[in-house]
Amino acid sequence: MNEAMALTIGLPLLGALAATVWPRRSRCIGILTLLGSGASVTWLFALVMRHGEAWQALGGWQTGLSIALHADALSSLMLMLTALVALAVSVYAIRYFRAQPDTSRFWPLWLLLVAALNGLFLSADLFNLYVTLELLGLSAVALTALGGKRESIRAALRYLLVGLLGSMGYLAGVAILYAAFGTLDMRQVGAQIGVDPASEMALLLMTAGLLLKTALFPLHFWLPAAHSNAPAPVSAALSALVVKAGFYLVLRLWSEVFPQAISAPGAMLIGALGCAAILWGSWQALQAQRLKLLAAYSTVAQLGYLFVGLMLLQLTPAGPQRELVFGAVILMALTHGFAKSSLFLAIGVVQQHAGHDRIAQLDGTAQRLPATTFAIALAGVALIGLPPSGAFLGKWQLLSASLAHGQWLLVLVMGIGSLLAAAYVFRVLGHAFGNAAFASRPVNVASEEWPALALGMFATLVLGLGSGWLWTFIEVAA
Amino acid sequence: MNLSNSLLLMILASSLLPGLAIFFLREGSHRLRTWLNMFGALLKLVLVGVLTWGVFQEQSFETRWLLAPGLELVLHADALSVLFVSLSTLLWLVTTVYAIAYLEGSPHRSRFFGFFSLCVTATVGLALAGNLFTFVLFYEILTLSTYPLVAHKGSADSVRGARIYLAYTLAGGLVLLVGAVWLQNLAGPVEFVEGGVLSQLPTELHGQLVWIFLLLMIGLGVKAALVPLHGWLPKAMVAPAPVSALLHAVAVVKAGAFGIVRVVYDVYGIEFSADLGVLLPLGVAAALTIVYGSARALMQDNLKKRLAYSTVSQVSYIALGTAIFGPLGTIGGVVHLVHQGVMKITLFFAAGNYAETLGIHKVSELNGVGRRMPLTTLAFSIGALGMIGIPPVAGFVSKWYLGVGAMQAGMAGWVLPVLIASSVLNAAYFLPILYRAWFRPAGAWPAEHIVHSKRETHAGLLWPPLITASLALAAGLFASAPFSPLEWAELIAQREYLR
Repeated sequence: MNEAMALTIGLPLLGALAATVWPRRSRCIGILTLLGSGASVTWLFALVMRHGEAWQALGGWQTGLSIALHADALSSLMLMLTALVALAVSVYAIRYFRAQPDTSRFWPLWLLLVAALNGLFLSADLFNLYVTLELLGLSAVALTALGGKRESIRAALRYLLVGLLGSMGYLAGVAILYAAFGTLDMRQVGAQIGVDPASEMALLLMTAGLLLKTALFPLHFWLPAAHSNAPAPVSAALSALVVKAGFYLVLRLWSEVFPQAISAPGAMLIGALGCAAILWGSWQALQAQRLKLLAAYSTVAQLGYLFVGLMLLQLTPAGPQRELVFGAVILMALTHGFAKSSLFLAIGVVQQHAGHDRIAQLDGTAQRLPATTFAIALAGVALIGLPPSGAFLGKWQLLSASLAHGQWLLVLVMGIGSLLAAAYVFRVLGHAFGNAAFASRPVNVASEEWPALALGMFATLVLGLGSGWLWTFIEVAA
Repeated sequence: MNLSNSLLLMILASSLLPGLAIFFLREGSHRLRTWLNMFGALLKLVLVGVLTWGVFQEQSFETRWLLAPGLELVLHADALSVLFVSLSTLLWLVTTVYAIAYLEGSPHRSRFFGFFSLCVTATVGLALAGNLFTFVLFYEILTLSTYPLVAHKGSADSVRGARIYLAYTLAGGLVLLVGAVWLQNLAGPVEFVEGGVLSQLPTELHGQLVWIFLLLMIGLGVKAALVPLHGWLPKAMVAPAPVSALLHAVAVVKAGAFGIVRVVYDVYGIEFSADLGVLLPLGVAAALTIVYGSARALMQDNLKKRLAYSTVSQVSYIALGTAIFGPLGTIGGVVHLVHQGVMKITLFFAAGNYAETLGIHKVSELNGVGRRMPLTTLAFSIGALGMIGIPPVAGFVSKWYLGVGAMQAGMAGWVLPVLIASSVLNAAYFLPILYRAWFRPAGAWPAEHIVHSKRETHAGLLWPPLITASLALAAGLFASAPFSPLEWAELIAQREYLR
């Protein structure tokens, strides 16, 4: 019954192999593969919607020996995000890499990245998670290096080292848990975790490693360079999906494996770092001279909101209130995924037409690239957290939870963060509405402008006005 | 009641869908764009007519759509929303006619009319909002959709003006949001109900309710241009004339004022607000704004700036009426929502005509313009006399009810002096304009764009101010006719106080 899970991981893997073997057909293979795995994600989604969750043990062995796969609401939503964003990014990538001499290197790595993401969202076993984490990190690094310039190579190298360090931390934690409890299955480990040194040490190591990969302030130092020097489609995937994977794991571990071992000060620390990330990231985005750097720092800030949400989640006792915060965190993560990929793709369009992405020299973009400017505006609305975006609903719930806990400081930080976000988004749009036009040929290629626009609409209209079912879905499946 | 439920959605869609379609039109397809614009505006007018009749008959109209637990998009029509909806629908139609003529030959018209329609959709959504969440949602969408209109010209000045506008309104929106979330934490989803919903809350929460009231008023006061939150309004004068008309009379400023009325009457309830003691500070803030705005208007030589400060002052009559406890004060405030709209839009249309036809931007350049452009100047004069409060123009009716209402509420001691001072100031900044226009000899015009022929200016520019001026006159002359703004305001007051 659950071939859907195996297909979701297997198809992109096979696709990556095929794209390596037949480089000339790689574009066609890539799109077909992603359509196929998208279909299997949809199938899986329907299964989870009906049954609440789905299990599969590959190889037919008992749990603990085989590769255990598990899907619930959280993972199927992340899979859906990945499928949709990956499809849009791929359509755009065909246009984007047309000018490049050697496009065939992109597709195998890109499909490998999707396979790793899907595997990560489906693994129910701590060691398999490590494997997918490594695979994800390595393919992301290789994609970053595709830029080919000296800066992108340097950024990729640093990204590689940081990623390895993060994985090492995670692996060390897994080793401690295995030594202490003799199992790697998430549920079995979760059942035995308590307030003991082994659990706490493992929690610390694994969380620290993942925070490094998720670029939570002050561990974000590697992110702006890596995300802003990669090719535009890669940046979109990195900001929208890859860092989300790290956050997903933290969320998963904290709420299912380690809830007993997490102390209130630990949660507060994460929340405080989240606040610092919101303020610092937004401020740096406002200072940025280049669009891609702006978008990258904006990611640092937006991750901050997710960690603030994580803290509120820890503070809220189980019950409907906690479900609301949980839903809000997921909704914000999804909205950011769509919005940020839309922004990076739109920036890619601007960059290829203007020949640069220096914000101060982008006057007149609105006249030359209306659809792309509109995409930037839609993404911007979601980043600020204004209606009708999904982030508005998420922010409302986070504000509500903060007020309920009397955390006025959080309200203040989120308020300032929103205003700073508005300032950096409208700094770009202000220039776009300016009169001086940059030299550019008129755009009439739908496949270039539409992916960004579609993703932006998803973030701002679909998730804002049509996400009522999401809350019941989370409740049913949780 | 299937039809009556979809009526509200149809009213929203009648401007939303044409607006979205217009975005995709090529710049050159003028006829199709004009056709879409007019079709949407006229259809909306018809639908609102149906709605008005239904609400008058006490039919109920409601549409709900769940966005998240506790966060429901509710559209609901009551007497107050009908007042605002019909005002903005009527004035939108007139402004569309004006804007089509005004922007003839200028670039980026598809973008302009697209956002223009979105802006009206947001205003109507805000008027029909059935709970505080929906109100906040449309309040922010209104901010977003007006930004491109203010920045439309693309000059450094416009972009700067738009940025200041945005900084004020987004910050205000944020304060409103915090207030709304806090209130919902205390009271659950806050629906708008005639007579208010908060008086049942336990007394120990009253302290928090006062703070929430302050937050809400700050958030709404930014758009309503309450001093000292009014700074954006004169700066946004860089926008094209139809946009100014929209900002001042139809949408933005009105949205703030309407929100204040909503919160006081249908969230807190007028009696509970009076018990909490929040009405007096609101009244004082409004009174200060009235006098300050008028005083600043007196000092402006730029015609549009003078009108902008005049708006700052006039819109606060609405807040003042709200703060006066008693049905007559309520009537005066609510009816001024309409009266100020038709009068001020007339003034902005006329100012736009002077600028477009003769290049006049300053009061000092208006000498003798009455002979060159008699009809435009006639419309301007009617609007100006109404603002001063001279019968039989509509403004007199508002001021009369405010004054009598204040006496009834025992607030005459400070409200009457404010009304008198403001009327004197209004006269002091409007009468010299009229004197210059009609009685001083004409000099050379700064830049005559449209040469004098059979008509004084383009027909599409001339008719809108004449129509709105007639409306302003009619609203005063036939104040006691059925379905006049005054009669409708009395209906609202009746429903607020008797429930």
